[in-house]
Amino acid sequence: MEQEKIAFLEEKARALRVSIVKTLHKSQSGHTGGSLSAIDMVTALYFHTMRHDPENPGWEERDRFILSKGHAAPAQYVTLAEAGYFPKEDLMMLRRLGSHLQGHPDSKGTPGVEVCTGSLGQGLSMANGMALGLRLDNSRSRIYVLLGDGELQEGQVWEAVMSAAHYRLDNLCAMVDANGLQIDGEVKKVMNVGPIGDKFRAFGWHVIEIDGHDMAAITGALESAERTKGKPTVIVASTVKGKGVPRFEHKASYHGVAPNDEELNEALICLGCFED
Amino acid sequence: MKATRDAYGETLAQLGEQDRDIVVLDADLSGSTKTAVFAKKFPDRFFNMGIAEANMVGTAAGLAAVGKVPFVSTFAIFAAGRAWEQIRQSVAYPKANVKIVPTHGGVTVGEDGGSHQSVEDIAIMRAIPNMTVIVPADALETREAVKAAAAHKGPVYIRLGRNKVPEIFNDDYRFAIGKGCELASGNDMTFISTGLMTAQAVQAAALLGKEGISARVVHMATIKPLDQEIVLKAARETKAIVTAEEHSVIGGLGSAVAELLAEQQPTPIKRAGIHDRFGTSGKADELIKYFGLTPDDLAEAARELLGRK
Ligand SMILES: Cc1ncc(C[n+]2csc(CCOP(=O)(O)OP(=O)(O)O)c2C)c(N)n1
Ligand SMILES: [Mg+2]
Repeated sequence: MEQEKIAFLEEKARALRVSIVKTLHKSQSGHTGGSLSAIDMVTALYFHTMRHDPENPGWEERDRFILSKGHAAPAQYVTLAEAGYFPKEDLMMLRRLGSHLQGHPDSKGTPGVEVCTGSLGQGLSMANGMALGLRLDNSRSRIYVLLGDGELQEGQVWEAVMSAAHYRLDNLCAMVDANGLQIDGEVKKVMNVGPIGDKFRAFGWHVIEIDGHDMAAITGALESAERTKGKPTVIVASTVKGKGVPRFEHKASYHGVAPNDEELNEALICLGCFED
Repeated sequence: MKATRDAYGETLAQLGEQDRDIVVLDADLSGSTKTAVFAKKFPDRFFNMGIAEANMVGTAAGLAAVGKVPFVSTFAIFAAGRAWEQIRQSVAYPKANVKIVPTHGGVTVGEDGGSHQSVEDIAIMRAIPNMTVIVPADALETREAVKAAAAHKGPVYIRLGRNKVPEIFNDDYRFAIGKGCELASGNDMTFISTGLMTAQAVQAAALLGKEGISARVVHMATIKPLDQEIVLKAARETKAIVTAEEHSVIGGLGSAVAELLAEQQPTPIKRAGIHDRFGTSGKADELIKYFGLTPDDLAEAARELLGRK
């Protein structure tokens, strides 16, 4: 892809990181690490790969995105707001009583959110259902679903991995945010799920392994997924939890903690801007 | 003020010293459920099962089958919800000696929202034969309930909370599974409450007292088996009953009390709780107001029943 487009997406992702830390600082509750590790992929989906219309969230021919690791809701919310699904001011109401921006994605209230997630392990099954249903309708819509690496410990994920391959869901692309951390520590120490790529391959998937912060690699992998016929694709993306703010990087302790005043200022400096 | 989950972690670590058969399992939430306190002291007898609650419960059933006493913890929604059938088939059906002790029950989980707020767990646990269901009101009662569960042979579900709650009991309190506890005497009406709602009921009784309404408060830590005697006594001696729980009114304490009264001692009753709704994001105290669980709400329910509006 041309250099300009990559630079555009990288700048979007940087601005969305700023929006994530500001939003979480305002709510003083929510998940910092996993939102920052996922945002490059979410940015590529909404501003490059997916066919969607923020003016018409229910457009039947849209591609669909499911955030199976629902605790990274801030990453999806800032992206939906940036794309124009709802006013950016709504972000300041994250997790407040009466806000449509619930702690975890809620399709009943937030335009652009397709299903409810937050209880880990259920997103890929719902994605499979959407892929099966849309295929029945001869739709050309594609389904994208983002999972955490800790989330892969749920047995339901592997039931879904099996059925996606069985039903040859080539209109489906899963992405694994492989940041190597969960809440109680390193994924490989808590309950090893590796080698992730080999497991998906053994189940019959097309596997692409990339650096999940390399925008050219992300968009390239998404294009390769779209060209792959007869089987589902998984993009196993090596990422850094808390990416973009050194203080948050590689730390399980920032999994579910929102930045305080000092951390916000530090984050804004790291992300190349100052408090406005 | 102390969270029931903090008392749980301390008590587990203490029990672990006395009983070498106690083992603890968690699903990537050991810092939140406080099983980490046990894990630090007895790393060999702690098993982090990762984010895999169904497998965790099945594994606990296996540990129990070879003589261990497993305590299993995660958030209430994932313990009772994700692993419900494993609890039914692998734990309760064989009467396995497994203690399921989740934290973060109810709506006071707060900002995480409806996906994380378990308002049905008491109902679905109570429906399973062989299951004992306990919801302690404070830290001290949690300590006693966890000890009693360890001593009890068979499945027990103890629902704990996320936030600090006021102290209700002192060291003189004798907890027993299946026994309610009268915290305030009264003869006009009775509050029957469980968990953190007992503190609200005590305050509601005080409000009513100022208006000349004499309200009894019965704390019902064990929802199953229900202390029928204390409920029927309240029904005979007072004119009305208001139940209070941080849970759906469908299937929980309110249902248990209403079922008993309907068959044995029909009595005017109101059930305070969550009325067939999911939870939502907000601060814990805001949600207590939002769902009508404040002392004022409870007092108002009592006035309505007594026809004193
Ligand atoms: C079924 C279920 N169990 C437990 C949790 C609590 N929880 C929320 S996030 C999380 C860790 C997730 O780790 P991972 O999937 O690696 O996400 P990331 O590192 O991207 O944040 C856990 C255990 C949950 N949301 N759902
Ligand atoms: Mg992870």
